[in-house]
Amino acid sequence: MQWDVVIGLEIHVQLATQTKIFSGSSTAYGAEPNTQASAVDLAMPGTLPVANEAAFRYAVMLGLAIEADISRRSVFERKNYFYPDLPKGYQTTQLAQPIVGPGHVDIELADGRQKRIRIHHAHLEEDAGKSLHEDFHGMSGIDLNRAGTPLIEIVTEPDMRSADEAVAFARKLHGIVTSIGICDGNMSQGSMRFDVNVSIRPKGEDKLGTRTETKNLNSFRFMEQAIHQEVERQIDVLTDGGAIVQETRLYDGDTQQSRSMRTKEEANDYRYFPCPDLLPVVIDDAFIAHARQHLPELPDARKARFMTAYGLTDYDAGLLSSGAAMAQLFEDTVKHGKDPKLAANWLLGELSARLNSEDREPANCPVTGAQLGALILRISDGTLSSSGAKKVFEGLWDGEATDVDSLIEARGLRQVSDTAALEQIVDTVLADMGEQIAQYQQADDKKRKKLLGGFMGPLMKASGGQGNPKLFNEILRRKLDR
Amino acid sequence: MHNKTVAELSRDLESGQVSSVELTRHFLDRIQQQDSQYNSFITVTEEQAMAEAEAADQRRQRGDATPWTGIPFAQKDIFCTRGVRTTCGSKMLEPFVPPYNATVTQRFEDAGAVSLGKTNMDEFAMGSSTESSYFGATTNPWGERRVPGGSSGGSAAAVAARLTPAATATDTGGSIRQPAALCGITGLKPTYGRVSRYGMVAFASSLDQGGTMARTAEDNALMLNVMAGFDPRDSTSVDQPVPDYTADLAQPLNGLRIGLPKEYFTDQLSPAMADAVQSAVREYEALGASVREISLPHANLAIAAYYIIAPAECSANLSRFDGVRYGYRCKNPEDLLDLYTRTRAEGFGSEVKRRIMIGTYALSAGYYDAYYAKAQKVRRLIRQDFIDAFDDVDVIMSPTTPSPAFVQGEKTSDPVTMYLEDIFTISTNLAGLPAMSVPAGMIDGLPVGLQIIGRYFDEARLLNVAHQFQQATDWHLRTPND
Repeated sequence: MQWDVVIGLEIHVQLATQTKIFSGSSTAYGAEPNTQASAVDLAMPGTLPVANEAAFRYAVMLGLAIEADISRRSVFERKNYFYPDLPKGYQTTQLAQPIVGPGHVDIELADGRQKRIRIHHAHLEEDAGKSLHEDFHGMSGIDLNRAGTPLIEIVTEPDMRSADEAVAFARKLHGIVTSIGICDGNMSQGSMRFDVNVSIRPKGEDKLGTRTETKNLNSFRFMEQAIHQEVERQIDVLTDGGAIVQETRLYDGDTQQSRSMRTKEEANDYRYFPCPDLLPVVIDDAFIAHARQHLPELPDARKARFMTAYGLTDYDAGLLSSGAAMAQLFEDTVKHGKDPKLAANWLLGELSARLNSEDREPANCPVTGAQLGALILRISDGTLSSSGAKKVFEGLWDGEATDVDSLIEARGLRQVSDTAALEQIVDTVLADMGEQIAQYQQADDKKRKKLLGGFMGPLMKASGGQGNPKLFNEILRRKLDR
Repeated sequence: MHNKTVAELSRDLESGQVSSVELTRHFLDRIQQQDSQYNSFITVTEEQAMAEAEAADQRRQRGDATPWTGIPFAQKDIFCTRGVRTTCGSKMLEPFVPPYNATVTQRFEDAGAVSLGKTNMDEFAMGSSTESSYFGATTNPWGERRVPGGSSGGSAAAVAARLTPAATATDTGGSIRQPAALCGITGLKPTYGRVSRYGMVAFASSLDQGGTMARTAEDNALMLNVMAGFDPRDSTSVDQPVPDYTADLAQPLNGLRIGLPKEYFTDQLSPAMADAVQSAVREYEALGASVREISLPHANLAIAAYYIIAPAECSANLSRFDGVRYGYRCKNPEDLLDLYTRTRAEGFGSEVKRRIMIGTYALSAGYYDAYYAKAQKVRRLIRQDFIDAFDDVDVIMSPTTPSPAFVQGEKTSDPVTMYLEDIFTISTNLAGLPAMSVPAGMIDGLPVGLQIIGRYFDEARLLNVAHQFQQATDWHLRTPND
């Protein structure tokens, strides 16, 4: 049987505010456990939440970026359940009246078509702490540094029909939240976490199948794998005459296995009710207008600008503009290196390959745009050959030096462009290549071009890799075409 | 010395007639000699009090004293006190020493007041007799084996026995006014939002309000001068100017319009209590006030609505007492569930458990609309009743309680008869209005109180109305056997 896949996403986005959503504690990542947990975060008796205005500003910015309705009045509610990393015994979140209403995000499909993914709503809430089950004196430890970090949870409609669409949406959303600066986008640190709702139905069927939810996927790759696996699992179950159980599943990216966490029957009754410690949040027109005025450039607008201002292709502009960090790298590189096309090639080639192989985000790229720009200048002015440039790039990446010119000198990568010296090398090399010279000179123009490459290898070798290939080429032509 | 009011003691300190050290020593001695009869204090902070008294005397000598500098007072054990254990009358918090001050505590500290210690109360402020305290019941100084009322029974008994000139208290459904009435003292529950709740262990957040207890209205005004005001740490505190509450005390009552709700004066009311209120009202007429009957049509729904809303909020507020971070933890928990269930089963008393269960039930899926949502609608109706009534009158008067202090143990086996103790007081918490209880007569040798309810933020008028009554009567000057 043929199956249709239906996917909806819930995305937890950690907001890049300096302090927590209901307390003044820092939200910085990676501090010693419980050093960023105040009496409020610990839910000490009598302490009270005070809402952080920055979180609302960020939520409104998101709403504007996805062209959503923004609620003039939103309400925090308590979601009650017991867990050691949930200090109050309830999570403060929004349910009936979320701050961001229906909106949409347009994604580009593999065939170039656009598809609109509808956003159901987005609501503000606080993150929980973390339970540490390993290496803690044989007990479980609780780290409440993360407790109270502001999150905005974005809930889509079930509009995606494949893992590719889901990933395209996820990447687009990542680009949006990083571009408007409300999230650092650091997925390995949990700044963006995806819950994936998947169901399947026979092709042509209108009724939705029973869905499962796979929680807390923190990379695009895991998300893609988890969807593929869940779709296959559901097909197997249904093909065997079974039924899908509505359940929450966990996917382990390391083992690439998913398992059931709890079924609907085991689900909590969260007993939501409006939090009496917080007043309803009232957002006025001025607040929204201010946010709109200060809304940074969105990925789509940036893509268009990259095409017109820098002459990039649709494809390159799309790749470079989707994420804020990559876009910034590109603009910094162009600023220092001038040549936009060369900058694009380097960013999408060498730099992207290296990021991928090390599973790094552009935000954590060890090479700065200024460095890459300096490198590109040295390529353009002939100081560096392309192989020399790669070596310099490696040196920058590995932190061997921070300055491009000193790296070139230290490694002796400066190209020889002294024509007299190069001529001498050419003469020496050609002296031993009589046969090849004869072959070349008997060939027609088309063949000659090909044969010319046969001289370049020995020439580069003779020059210790430092001869300017362009000049070698010219000298060769001059000498051989005679 | 102990028969003097705060206002008188303040003048004596200012004139140098007495020092804070002498005053503090005197009250500490009285507590030591007499409190074994009443059990009104859970913790007496003798050393700290003497140190604060010395500091207060020095401050007064430096010339930057406030009216409160050097005045001893007591704090209900619901206010968090830095370095001094705060039990809330519960085994759950028996070992809890907060690292922070409640805002109310901090304000008294800043004013230079001397804290004698922490007063007894019903566990987590749930009760009307101070019999549910883990630290034993408090006895009413007016009668052996009589309850002092609750939940602020310790504060009321301590003031009545003149172990302290003043005490802080809290009122969620009558917990200031009912014990004030039963102990023959003056108490004020301010408008919701007038006094910060920060550091006040929460029972029902939308109803809880800190307030004052002393022998005279004037002393209540002096207390409110310290306590009232916006607190950025409490989102529900109101940012409104705070008047000098003593400024209008002397205003004559000519033209004052008093409303008597017909729903409160039915044949259900004991003749003795009706007489007490009627003679108080005649006194007011003599002072120039006019009296009319008013209606609060939804008054009969108040108790039912309250016993949904308050338990619902408490069921979430008390979730933080889970044995994980502070307070009581059961011995040798086998696993997480065992830790939770035994900690809470062993740490909470029966009335607290009853209310947590009622509240949990009322918020459960399928019951929310029938209970919690409906109770909130009733609450709005009750509020509107008062708003309408205040179109025609300036204050509303009623008995504070149905009867004088009852005998210990009389109502502990029947929670509903205990809940009916608050039948006249609960509506004002639901509406968020300010209300006082002033001593207004004696029945069989036991004091009874007159409740005076005012408009939102009209505490100054309430205090004026109470003060004028106390200028014309001496009920508030009566003292139990001494």
